Amino acid sequence: MLAYAVRRILVSVPILVVSTFIVFVLASLSGDPLAELRTRNPPVPQRTLDLEAQRLHLDESLLQRYWGWITGVVQGDFGPSVQSTLQIGPEIAGRFLVTFRLIAVAMLVALVLAVLVGVISAVKQYSGTDYTATFAGFLFLSMPSFWLAILLKEAGIGFNNAVGSQVLFTIGDSSVFVAGGAWAEFTDVLGHLILPTISLALLSFAAWSRFQRASMLEVLGSDYVRLARAKGLRRGQVMTRHALRTALIPLTTVTALDLGAIISGAVVTETVFQWRGAGSFLLESVERDDVYAVSAWLLVSATFIILFNLVADLLYAVLDPRIRYV
Amino acid sequence: MTRPDARMDSPRVAGDTVLEVDDLQVDFPTDDGLVRAVRGVSYRLGRGEVLGIVGESGSGKSVTSLAVMGLLPGSARVSGSVRFRGTELLGASDRELSRVRGRQISMIFQDPMTALNPVYPIGQQIAEAIRVHQDVRRGAAVEQAVELLDLVRIPNPRERAASYPHELSGGMRQRVVIAIAMANRPDVIVADEPTTALDVTVQAQILEALETAKQETGAALILITHDLGVIAGQADRVLVMYAGKLVEAGTVEDVFYAPRMPYTLGLLGSLPRLDVRTERLNPISGSPPSAVAMPAGCPFTPRCPLAQDVCESEEPNPRPTTSDDHLAACHFSYRLDGMTPGDLFRPTSRDTEVREGPR
Amino acid sequence: MSDRMGPDRMGPDHVRGPDRVEREFTVVERSQGQLVLRRFLRHRLAVASLVVLLLVVLLAFVGGALWRYDVGDLTGDYSQAPSWQHPFGTDAVGHDAFAQVLRGTQVSIGIAVLVAVFATLMGTIWGATAGYYRGAVDTVMMRISDLVLTLPLLAVAAVLGHNLGGSWWLIAFVIAGLYWAYVSRVTRGVVLSLREKEFVEASKALGASDARIIFRHLIPNALGSIIVNATILVAIAILLETALSFLGFGVRPPDTSLGLLVSSAETAVQTRPWLFYFPGLFIIVIALTINFIGDGLRDAFDPQQTKVRE
Repeated sequence: MLAYAVRRILVSVPILVVSTFIVFVLASLSGDPLAELRTRNPPVPQRTLDLEAQRLHLDESLLQRYWGWITGVVQGDFGPSVQSTLQIGPEIAGRFLVTFRLIAVAMLVALVLAVLVGVISAVKQYSGTDYTATFAGFLFLSMPSFWLAILLKEAGIGFNNAVGSQVLFTIGDSSVFVAGGAWAEFTDVLGHLILPTISLALLSFAAWSRFQRASMLEVLGSDYVRLARAKGLRRGQVMTRHALRTALIPLTTVTALDLGAIISGAVVTETVFQWRGAGSFLLESVERDDVYAVSAWLLVSATFIILFNLVADLLYAVLDPRIRYV
Repeated sequence: MTRPDARMDSPRVAGDTVLEVDDLQVDFPTDDGLVRAVRGVSYRLGRGEVLGIVGESGSGKSVTSLAVMGLLPGSARVSGSVRFRGTELLGASDRELSRVRGRQISMIFQDPMTALNPVYPIGQQIAEAIRVHQDVRRGAAVEQAVELLDLVRIPNPRERAASYPHELSGGMRQRVVIAIAMANRPDVIVADEPTTALDVTVQAQILEALETAKQETGAALILITHDLGVIAGQADRVLVMYAGKLVEAGTVEDVFYAPRMPYTLGLLGSLPRLDVRTERLNPISGSPPSAVAMPAGCPFTPRCPLAQDVCESEEPNPRPTTSDDHLAACHFSYRLDGMTPGDLFRPTSRDTEVREGPR
Repeated sequence: MSDRMGPDRMGPDHVRGPDRVEREFTVVERSQGQLVLRRFLRHRLAVASLVVLLLVVLLAFVGGALWRYDVGDLTGDYSQAPSWQHPFGTDAVGHDAFAQVLRGTQVSIGIAVLVAVFATLMGTIWGATAGYYRGAVDTVMMRISDLVLTLPLLAVAAVLGHNLGGSWWLIAFVIAGLYWAYVSRVTRGVVLSLREKEFVEASKALGASDARIIFRHLIPNALGSIIVNATILVAIAILLETALSFLGFGVRPPDTSLGLLVSSAETAVQTRPWLFYFPGLFIIVIALTINFIGDGLRDAFDPQQTKVRE
């Protein structure tokens, strides 16, 4: 087991390193950081342009720039932003922290619901519940996330009007000023979290519940479940001790693989609900052709994804003894 | 292993019969139509008896035993009667059946590679079978599990009990399944093709383990297989199934040396045998009928050299032939007296040079 | 026993006439393609979805060409609710929303199909090669594929689309350039299981070259999986493209996409709902029908078990 873990960790390192290079190249090719300056009217003097180019290392070759960047990153310096007053490192940290809240809660909600619905659908295969859940799953899978988010926003406003007070917040991740201490702050954050979480969770939930249903069905039809029943275990015992235990294992891989899609979903959700999180930071940076900011963003998310996949792999090995020696 | 006084339909001494199956029918609705897998099978199993059920794939032999255990998929439609020591099993609740399964009737399945749960150690899986039916602490159950592993000849049973199924070979896994089956000293053990998925060399080990199980528990054994050789060595009585029906039943002597149904004769003829001198194997040409579109009359008709018009219109019921216990479902079983397989079935290919030895 | 094997020994009834043989084979033979088609047609939902999808495509391309208004026409009717004149209403500038939605559908479907074709082509060859050769080749190829997958695709597409964006086929390339990695993973999995089968060994024994085995044997047998995944890919691609366009990094004006239409209507949900709901509905209908069709295809190619009728 230990050897497996070490091997997986070692393999992740080169992947991460190559990722950083790809990320930087992508970001660098994606835009000209001086574009905004060049198109200004009255035109910016050449001297200013040259100084800016120097500050942004545009006079160096791509490889030199990469090297400079990556060595800086390991020391905590994420490079110069187009906005000269912006410190990329702390800014990104703060923004990602906000987004992390959204993603973590959404994933948890989606996971719990997916397991519940998937297992029930499988156990009551072909029943009314199964068909409804399947259709709902398909529906949410086919729904554009931004459209759903806007719809939820409108529904939230309508709900607030009906109830008479602002329970569900549709703008931002927290209110600017909250009176009443820690509890009030907590409920405030919660109120801001509900709608975006639903929006982000629904899509993942739809995909995962279908997957869980298929996995559960496969396990329910397996020989070892039949043997468990032949041993004299009652349906409930077979379900929890044998079926569920094995059916949940593949879900770890699926959740890890979907993290990229969830981050993408968060970008859209934040745009609609106007959160100042990582998503909006990316969009702003791309708009500004802020190469170093974009690189930093891609680097952070790639690192998260690789890390998460690693954890999922290790968890899988813990849950499934067959994998430990591969 | 013959018991000359084991009778099937003679007046029963109470307590002698452990399992009674009467007119069992199993149907499966599918997209292609209704599959009639079992079409009226009846038999009795005596205490400690070894009953062999023979038939090719699709004959319904496995479905019959799954029906006895109540392990058929929910879509299956079962009718008839299955009585264990007088208690009706068909239609019983899951709770009632769970008390019987693993405790009074156990089952051994065909494919050992997928029979065990991959995430639990084997000792734990055996101990689970014990703790479901007996009130013992976990430590005691594991001890019993180790003993059982030793009985089925698993080397280093104490260490092995902590292994996972994927660390064991197919033969060893099957022996673990046998250990689970005998854990609670059942009255009936059903072995559904226990050796089919394994090498011939491993077969002997498995049969030996089954023998151990029988002796340790005193259970009656239902041995389902398509391998006549296994039956010859192990069984007291034989049931031959074809297309969902019982076509012949009797002692091993009856069925092997005086078959009274052409299908049985054909089966025997397609085997190489050491006890009867043959030059050439005589296979039965053709294939069994589709279970969805079963024609009227005897299902063996298209492949039967004795077939007449009556065979197409009227399906024969099993009737006594050489003795009350020897049943055969054929209109013309009397014609099979003294016949060898070569008399009835032609070989499908001929060599030009075959030396005819003295007969 | 002598070798007299004539029918006279068996009796006059031992004649294997044609009617006897029929009693044995009571199921009709069918070719592989016919089997798949037959199984697909049994899925009422998938067939219905196919019909609906074809209608939508026809409406978008044929209807769009024939419709009395063009996308850019300024009709002079401002912010009108749906009417016979303007079935989907008009926007604040006077554009006919019906024409917009039809054009947007054309673009979105066009991009999605292009993405599916390119991603499937590239991903299949990539994955099949990796799965076939295994070893170092497989590791390297799949690591590259994994690398692409470690990035959140919307983010990368936004980054690339910002510079390259605008024309619809460039967007298609950008998206395809990311999705091929998914296809390659799936294909590799299928090929890995197929290559162990005996027919591959037999081909090698007959002297077939690697390329021949990959293209003539492995890929055709993986076709079922490939087609199913390609279908699903169209649905995913439409959702990604519309999201990109919604954010402003996909299709740009003067062209339009369903995502762009929703984005313009974001603030108008209460005041001019027709501008918001119709484009969204079209996206949902297209993606939903494609998903159902994909599901039907999956069952048609590889029925896991005979489905039991209730």
